[in-house]
Amino acid sequence: MNNNFLLLLPEFIVTGLAFVVLGLDLFLPERRKWVLPIVAVVGLVVALVVSLRYLWGVSDSLYDGVIRVDGYALFFKAFFIALGGVVVLVSVDFVRRNLEHPGEYYGILLFTVVAMMLLAASGELLTAYISLELLSFGLYVLVAYDRYNAKSNEGATKYILLGAFSSALLLFGISQVYGLLGTTRFDEISSALSSADALSPGLILGIALIIAGLGFKVAAVPFHMWAPDAYEGAPIPITAHLAVGSKAAAFALVLRLFAEAFMPIVEQWQILLIGLAVITMLLGNLVALAQRNLKRLLAYSSVGQVGYLLMGVAALAATGSGGIMLHLVAYAVTNMAAFLCLAAIYNITGRDDIAGMAGVARRAPLVGLVFAVSLFSLAGLPIFVGFTSKFYLFNAAAAQGLLWVAGIAIFSSLISLYYYLQVVRQLYIEPAEDAAPIPVPRLTLGVLGALFAGMVGLGVYPAPLMEAVQYASDALF
Amino acid sequence: MLLVLFAIRREQEELAKRVTFIVTLIPLLIAVFLFINYDRSDSGHQFEENMMWIKAFNIHYHVGIDGLSVTLVLLTALLGPICVLASWKIEKGIKAYLALFLLLETGMIGFFCALDMFLFYVFFELTLLPMYFLIGVWGGPRREYAAIKFFLYTLFGSVLMLIAMIAVYLKGDTFDIPTLIELAKTPGHALAERTFQIWAFLGFFIGFAVKVPIFPFHTWLPDAHVEAPTAISVILAGILLKMGTYGLVRVNFAMLPEGMDFFCNGEGRWGNSLAILGFINIVYGSLCALAQTDFKKLVAYSSIGHMGFVLIGLAARNESGLTGAILQMFNHGVISAMLFLLVGVVYDRAHHREINGFGGLGSKMPIYTGITTLAFMASLGLPGLSGFVGEALSLLGAYSKFKVLTILSTAGIVIGAAYFLWTLQRVFLGELNPKYEAITEINGREIATLVPLGILTIVLGIWPSIAIDMFREAVSILPLVQ
Repeated sequence: MNNNFLLLLPEFIVTGLAFVVLGLDLFLPERRKWVLPIVAVVGLVVALVVSLRYLWGVSDSLYDGVIRVDGYALFFKAFFIALGGVVVLVSVDFVRRNLEHPGEYYGILLFTVVAMMLLAASGELLTAYISLELLSFGLYVLVAYDRYNAKSNEGATKYILLGAFSSALLLFGISQVYGLLGTTRFDEISSALSSADALSPGLILGIALIIAGLGFKVAAVPFHMWAPDAYEGAPIPITAHLAVGSKAAAFALVLRLFAEAFMPIVEQWQILLIGLAVITMLLGNLVALAQRNLKRLLAYSSVGQVGYLLMGVAALAATGSGGIMLHLVAYAVTNMAAFLCLAAIYNITGRDDIAGMAGVARRAPLVGLVFAVSLFSLAGLPIFVGFTSKFYLFNAAAAQGLLWVAGIAIFSSLISLYYYLQVVRQLYIEPAEDAAPIPVPRLTLGVLGALFAGMVGLGVYPAPLMEAVQYASDALF
Repeated sequence: MLLVLFAIRREQEELAKRVTFIVTLIPLLIAVFLFINYDRSDSGHQFEENMMWIKAFNIHYHVGIDGLSVTLVLLTALLGPICVLASWKIEKGIKAYLALFLLLETGMIGFFCALDMFLFYVFFELTLLPMYFLIGVWGGPRREYAAIKFFLYTLFGSVLMLIAMIAVYLKGDTFDIPTLIELAKTPGHALAERTFQIWAFLGFFIGFAVKVPIFPFHTWLPDAHVEAPTAISVILAGILLKMGTYGLVRVNFAMLPEGMDFFCNGEGRWGNSLAILGFINIVYGSLCALAQTDFKKLVAYSSIGHMGFVLIGLAARNESGLTGAILQMFNHGVISAMLFLLVGVVYDRAHHREINGFGGLGSKMPIYTGITTLAFMASLGLPGLSGFVGEALSLLGAYSKFKVLTILSTAGIVIGAAYFLWTLQRVFLGELNPKYEAITEINGREIATLVPLGILTIVLGIWPSIAIDMFREAVSILPLVQ
């Protein structure tokens, strides 16, 4: 068994980086701790360069297919490393002002990045489970990081309890599948399922449990109860990480699982996923209408977005995973921008409720602009990337014959516009209580500018991204 | 040719206004160039540009103009500088206002030139964003309500349009509008199938119906118009409403003829639908206008009425009806622009729009009264002015298809005369209201915005061929039913 461990170089780099950051933290005096995020970002850039340079065009695996290194994994590796970098950049100002022990914060963050990378590379259920647990444990700690904030503790407790519960469900499902099919490898599961005449009830139970467990991780309805509280309580950069990173990682797994392992029985699970998708998008968007806290609102809007992604998964057979991956990237860029704006505002005003956004556009014009643009992009208005990716998804669904689901999705978007407009209204139309300008650090402005360029640029000219997505999804099928 | 206007950020207010005015003259010059160089005898698309945009869906950046587009592009280009002039008095945030306005103009011109359905939809939506801000930030007391109502209502329509568009794309495998039109005509193709066309027609129709607006989707219009600043009302009534009717001709009529036939052929349960809706617009809109005491709301409802003429001409599907409808689109754009500018004049001075609150202004503002009389007469359809030609041709075309409805619709003209003349009397004639002893006459800038429109109204009233020649050929290749 010859394993080329160089294929895992990016993961090694990021893990090493995490340890370096933790170690540096031990030795650095308090006033020099600003070095830590710089080290983290530089390390991540190195990892990104390495993975793109050495793994482009590679299609290989380790341990006989347990860990896959192919175009699909590479796409997500690059995506997660970039995402991790952005979260670090978003965290810089926030951590400096509000949190203690920055070293551990960045270290654990990097560990979650490794976990996400491995999740996308998993070729087998238990590896996926372990990566998922690593990701979850890191996130449990990070959600609870704001130690003296009651909401943070409450959100984290709910997250841990429900997370543990869902992991148990997932493991039970995996064990059922293993028991009945004799393997946990995706390719072998696929062949076992295609040669099986009928599905035994036990197998159906196992797969249903796996879907339930993963449903918790992505916060699909009816498994979403932890999300609003965890999002509200967590420090804002971690909320962003939860909303974007952990969801994307879970979907990376879901895609590989359904495209490869479960594809032979697509008729069985398609209807289930359609049902989940519809209730998720409707409930997520409808409940968001009632929210007053911006973090909870964004939490419910994420739940709605998961509905669209699930619709894309249901349409997997016809048009592949391109739409979902495109939407994940679009969603990541947009949400990161929104959360960064929220963080910038919160850092100075200490408010994270909708009414607290009043007059912000006047006080911090660029932040207001990027915030408004990110909200419009989330609602799916044209020229922004949100529209392009949603359009791709709707088309995929329609091509699968699910035009009515696309119709429901489009209407959910309409509903979502209403609550996004409430925020925009506060930003631009309502007068500010305190008209003092909000100082925004240059780093934040720079990142916001880059994200804004992304949202508009990808919306108008998505071709390069679409090619990358195509390359990745080709590796999947 | 697509004219892309980039919003310019400037420090000084005065400079911003002047720069923007000059910038809006550029599309006007190009439009005049188009007007002169447009080949009237060619029924196809001219000045085309076609570039690959999103390969995965075969979406192209395909723009071009034909007779119908060029007319409306001319209108947009003309109203651009006029609206900038009309906005001269805006105090706060003038840079943002002008930037949004330029973005809006880009969206509108792009919409009329788009020949790819995806591009068409993108431009359609693109106009919503600036409008929301323009109404919501610079509008009147209930502007937030009006802005959100406008946005959500119109987006609701667009959303239905999106579904229909995806359905059409799936059947036709392309977004290219000329190709789709051809495919929809070829018998046996999935797009030509009658049932599909009927449903697609409905989806697109509701989307455009919200914009036109057609009863019962019209309730956003009075609020939006009343709360919007003057220049924005001008653009709203002048152009944005025409986007709906343009869409009806370009998509519903040209691309979905079977669907159109189902709703316009006079047979069956639904055969009179469009004509009935047109009739309701005309009569109901006019009746509502009659009941108004707010000057702007009166003009808003009269717009709804005039759009009814467009609709009924369209429902006729013959050359006379179509010509009338398109001409009415252009003329109404000009006339309603004049009307809203005129309302703006008196609002700037008196700070209210209550018709009954004025009286005898004619003695203090003779020039203003003269221009207003011209605009009112044009709007109610006095022969010799442009409004008459459009309405007459539409009704003429509709008469051969829907006799009873057409006869009933003429009542709308009478009601129109009623409310306009009554308003004229209440505001300008009679005893001078002592509150307005010191009211100032219309000034040079305001006259400059009105005169071009007034001239057009008179010229087109006497010699409408100038306009009709532009789109005669384009109309002839539409699926007319004599």
